[in-house]
Amino acid sequence: MSLEKLLEKRKSEILKKWYNQVVDTYPPETALFLREQKDAFSNPVGKATRDSLHALLGELLKPEMDSEAVRSHLDPVVRIRAVQAMFTPSQAAGFVYFLKDIIREVLGRDLDNADRLNRLLAFERRIDDMSMSAFNIYMKCREAVFQMKANQEKNKIYKAFLRAGLVEEIPRDETGNHKDA
Amino acid sequence: MSDLPKSEEILKDVEHAPPKKGWMNIPVDIRKGMYCYAANPKSLNALGFPNVHEWNPKDEDWNLPENWQEILHKGFKERLDRFRSVKVFMDICVRCGACADKCHYFIGTGDPKNMPVLRAELLRSVYRNDFTLAGKLLGKIAGARKMDEDVLKEWWYYLFQCSECRRCSVFCPYGIDTAEITIFGRELLNLLGLNIDWIATPVANCYRTGNHLGIQPHAFKDMLDFFVEDIEDITGINVEPQFNKKGADILFITPSGDVFADPGTYTCMGYMMLFKYLKDKYGLDVTWSTYASEGGNFGFFTSHETMKRLNSKMYAEAKRLGVKWILGGECGHMWRVINQYMDTMNGPADFLEEPVNPITGTRFENAKSTKMVHISEFTADLIKHGKLDLDPSRNDDLKVTFHDSCNPARGMGMFDEPRYVIRSVCNQFYDMPRNTIRENTFCCGSGSGLNAGEDMELRMTGGLPRANAVKFVHEKHGVNMLACVCAIDRAAFPDLMSYWVPEVDVTGLTELVANALILPGEKQRETNLRGEPLPGMEE
Repeated sequence: MSLEKLLEKRKSEILKKWYNQVVDTYPPETALFLREQKDAFSNPVGKATRDSLHALLGELLKPEMDSEAVRSHLDPVVRIRAVQAMFTPSQAAGFVYFLKDIIREVLGRDLDNADRLNRLLAFERRIDDMSMSAFNIYMKCREAVFQMKANQEKNKIYKAFLRAGLVEEIPRDETGNHKDA
Repeated sequence: MSDLPKSEEILKDVEHAPPKKGWMNIPVDIRKGMYCYAANPKSLNALGFPNVHEWNPKDEDWNLPENWQEILHKGFKERLDRFRSVKVFMDICVRCGACADKCHYFIGTGDPKNMPVLRAELLRSVYRNDFTLAGKLLGKIAGARKMDEDVLKEWWYYLFQCSECRRCSVFCPYGIDTAEITIFGRELLNLLGLNIDWIATPVANCYRTGNHLGIQPHAFKDMLDFFVEDIEDITGINVEPQFNKKGADILFITPSGDVFADPGTYTCMGYMMLFKYLKDKYGLDVTWSTYASEGGNFGFFTSHETMKRLNSKMYAEAKRLGVKWILGGECGHMWRVINQYMDTMNGPADFLEEPVNPITGTRFENAKSTKMVHISEFTADLIKHGKLDLDPSRNDDLKVTFHDSCNPARGMGMFDEPRYVIRSVCNQFYDMPRNTIRENTFCCGSGSGLNAGEDMELRMTGGLPRANAVKFVHEKHGVNMLACVCAIDRAAFPDLMSYWVPEVDVTGLTELVANALILPGEKQRETNLRGEPLPGMEE
């Protein structure tokens, strides 16, 4: 049986371990809640994590991995972890790497021939690509947060100038265009 | 090669599982993005607060007064005697956990110390140590611990990660109001000069000048005059607001956020248009005040006395102007203070009349004692009696959902009036899932003075449960507008939406009303109040 078929067969076991490991990056009380509360609106973090991991594993096992689909499935979970200040960057975005150990552990003795090991190396390359993608999204989210902080400061200063009567805006003409334009 | 670090040395910081220790043994870690800057001493001094000093939450030494433990113990004791509710809340919690997963900050941050039960336990543990026999004798076994600097820092960090929204209290079988515990805890911290600037400076400005930003009366009037020009451009009507008019029927007070912060400014224009309409059609005489120019009450986040002081200004102005009653704008905390505290602090406001809508004859029984009516109740009453000419098709480009702002919803029980107003002025309205609205509404994540820029991570995580429900109706029904009745919501949601659901914009209720409202003698409108083309008017 090919490596891909083996992985497909053990998919639910791999997913379960992956989900548990990601959830265990949270403190134990939180991990318990994330696992047990099934309502999507009471537990958006658990729901997004579960859905994302499920879709990502599915994408990894396809003959061709669609990088656009990977990005869209990574986004919800990385977007959450990027603002959860308890995480360092590697903790926030590094959860894709968990799959490497999990797959080696699950397949164990099935990885006893050179062909499967070669296939595994190729497969792990996909995991690396996915991790890089997660890092890109993480950075995009962090930049968005910094941008909001910067905008807030800029607006504060502009509004203060405005209130102090220090801003003379360029008047508009009747067509709505700036007169000086 | 032997000089190269081993991989486990490089990766020693990359630990993916948190320590498995009890909460009391995990010291507080004050993380950037999760707290607001310390209060400016100038602002605290202006309010006459005690033990004002320079300090920085990230510093080891917080420059506390030498006898800080004594001050705190004394303050704790005084308040246990003074507020029976706090005493009861300290004793009756059985740690059933019903509240544990109901807090938006817990759900979003994943930090267990944001479970309401645990946040309260931060205070209770010290209470047990200082005031109960079991705690004194058995210490940690009885869940007691001594107050020290680490515990104090933990208090500060987590008491300013609670927006006092009271969602958790809805689920407590004993009716413990955890918001009251936060209010109490913050009041104690205030005794040591440990407030945040996003609260202290607006409070000082409000106390001295009349509103959070310290806008002076002439500048306040100037801002509204700008809106008059904008409204005239759009409708051809000069709405002629009245200021400080003695003998007017009604004094209107709204949060100053509506006057200076988009998108609240469009809601402000909406109020002005509604009052013009009512004046022309029915002769209703409404005045604004440049002195009581703030509805928001951040005093609520410092101490009971400060809350009382700020609240009293509105009533003093109503008395000075000799109006019949007060109409309040779309605000959050203002309504909580009015409905829950005003009557015993500054009330009853006997010098005012029991509010009756002079146009419909409706008596607002709920405002019998406070003499203050919410604009949504007022507008809903006008619509119900067919007193407004409305063209809801002007809002046809909008698919609207409604966020129940915590204070008007849980603090005064106003659920149906805003929905009735929206359905009357918009053709497309979709509620969010049941467990995220009405009394179960999720906070915007920025309430109780936490709407700063520096704590953006706290705001994004705290607002996640709300944004998640908005995302659901956006994906299911194409919702593109989030309506609310609170100035903090209007200030906080644009950022929250841009991070989680960028396709959704934010509006106040009265902006929607004003877009649909047909003013007597108006020209054909081509744009909405934001200057965007109305449906069918696109080029």
